[in-house]
Amino acid sequence: MTPPMPPDTSNLSVADLRTSAGRRAWSAGARWAFALAALATVLVSALIIWTVASGAWTFISQVPFDNLSEIGWFPRRGLFDLSTLLVNLVQISVIAMLVAVPSGFGAAIYLSEYAHPRVRKVMKPTLELLASVPSVVLGVFAISFITPSILSNFFSEINYFNKLAAGIAVGLLVIPLIASIAEDALRAVPLALREASSGLGARKVTTSIRVVLPAAMSGLMAAIIVGFSRAIGETMVVTIASGGGDTSLFNLALTESGGTFTSAMAALGLGTDQVAGNNLAFQSLYFLGALLFAITLVLNMLGDLIVRRLQNKY
Amino acid sequence: MTVLTTPAGIATGAADALRKRPGADVAGSAFKWLLIGATVFATGFLAVLLAVMIVDGWDVLSGNLWYFLTHGFSQRSAGEAGVWQGILGSLQVALVTGVFAIPTGVATAIYLVEYAQGNRFARIVELNIRNLAGVPSIVYGLLGLAVFAQTLRGFSGGTTAIAGGMTLAAMVLPIVVITSVEALKAVPDSLREAAYGVGATKWEVLSRQVLPAALSTILTGTVLALARALGEAAPLILVGAATGFMSFGDANVFETFTGPYTALPVLIFNFARQPGADWGVNAAAASVIILVLVLAVNGLAIYLRNRFEKQW
Repeated sequence: MTPPMPPDTSNLSVADLRTSAGRRAWSAGARWAFALAALATVLVSALIIWTVASGAWTFISQVPFDNLSEIGWFPRRGLFDLSTLLVNLVQISVIAMLVAVPSGFGAAIYLSEYAHPRVRKVMKPTLELLASVPSVVLGVFAISFITPSILSNFFSEINYFNKLAAGIAVGLLVIPLIASIAEDALRAVPLALREASSGLGARKVTTSIRVVLPAAMSGLMAAIIVGFSRAIGETMVVTIASGGGDTSLFNLALTESGGTFTSAMAALGLGTDQVAGNNLAFQSLYFLGALLFAITLVLNMLGDLIVRRLQNKY
Repeated sequence: MTVLTTPAGIATGAADALRKRPGADVAGSAFKWLLIGATVFATGFLAVLLAVMIVDGWDVLSGNLWYFLTHGFSQRSAGEAGVWQGILGSLQVALVTGVFAIPTGVATAIYLVEYAQGNRFARIVELNIRNLAGVPSIVYGLLGLAVFAQTLRGFSGGTTAIAGGMTLAAMVLPIVVITSVEALKAVPDSLREAAYGVGATKWEVLSRQVLPAALSTILTGTVLALARALGEAAPLILVGAATGFMSFGDANVFETFTGPYTALPVLIFNFARQPGADWGVNAAAASVIILVLVLAVNGLAIYLRNRFEKQW
């Protein structure tokens, strides 16, 4: 029996080993289709920037400069006092952070340092679920529960719409986000640090506060920054609970109503038909959008930078 | 106090001194209970929220839930108003969102993971996605108003469910990309190498091996993204959902995509800003409906992801 002859390879070329032209063309085409989709995501950013920047420019180039510092925000009367909105924005966001940071950090420390793995396995998805609560619902919660059932016990003269309730509700909304980022930061701290601390005889509370928290500090800062940015951008809670009308008179009282950048935008958007005639009022929508976009972009990039640094740290 | 004279006595004394005395560590237990309190507060408010909404909306939920679900908005009185336009509108908007966001997002993720690891264009795309994820939702409303509803009026028909859906698609695009990237990265290289080894082209490797392997995770991310869109009201207000109410007239369901529309969260907002307690009942009842919808969709997605998480 003769062994089978090996195939004749003397005149085999690269072309013979290649697959059919159709399969190759299909594969090359797919690459371009995927790249095109990636390009589309960049296009979305470009369109956002172009939209807000061009609208904001129209506003800035037409508005009399004195009208930007007036008695309040009355877009249809041509009074665009930015400080009114800015003060309300800062007040509401700071209240939100006072609510969200302690409970978010507390939950993060508990889940990362203390909780039994089984508890953690249930609580992590629960936090994720909480993050999906629609913000309109929290707005309704603010006017139907936080103000009448809680705040009215402490303040005798509290407005039905007020910044305090709005701030608390925004705070509830950002707790899951802050807890989640903080927990990731705490878990990124290597176990060796905790073991070394316990080995020296430190109690768990000492290890948590004096070793783990400082080691995770930059990540915790990032959680605060990103949470703050989210609070600034929150629209529906503030619109429902504090800035319902499209006008705001400058005031510092937390028990009074007041609009922020976002609620002023929503109010202008609601009345699009009415303000369409008053060109300047409509353009102020884009001006506020541009400011909001710029502020949150800076905050998010800062937070992102810190998180990335942290990832490379250990 | 044991007298430390014998070696055995010293050992016992040392062991006593080192032994943990429960109850002695007051600061430690106080701290722990503080943390538990914070955790309960952080997660427990959902229960309070649900309870308050159910109690406030009980008149509608117990008595005429069916009427509420099947009737349209009415300006005349709260008792005549229902939410079906909002529910149908939300489904329409979610459908358009999915049609635009899912293919674009998944394809972008494939490009980033499979084709362009680390080249300059990919780095720009990645940075861009991270930044888009942090843009406030109402800014997407401006994009929708200026671009999707006005510039692309010929395609979307103005402030319609199509324009609203495209707006939300832009908003959830980063979520779809980020979760899909994670899913694709989790597929082990050995799978790709084996496919190349038997002569598959890159397209064949992707479409027959990598995508099917990553599909369940990608789907979960997509569902989470759509659930996010379902609860979002702010951008839709700028794209006309607050003033428009879907009316069939003699149009069929598909024709209403290019007519006035509204969405469930926007409807809740409309209920909430009407003066009067009976509108508050409607707002609370509609809040319960949207909470149940969003939590059910999300819970299912999260459960499935944790259940079918692939171990390679």
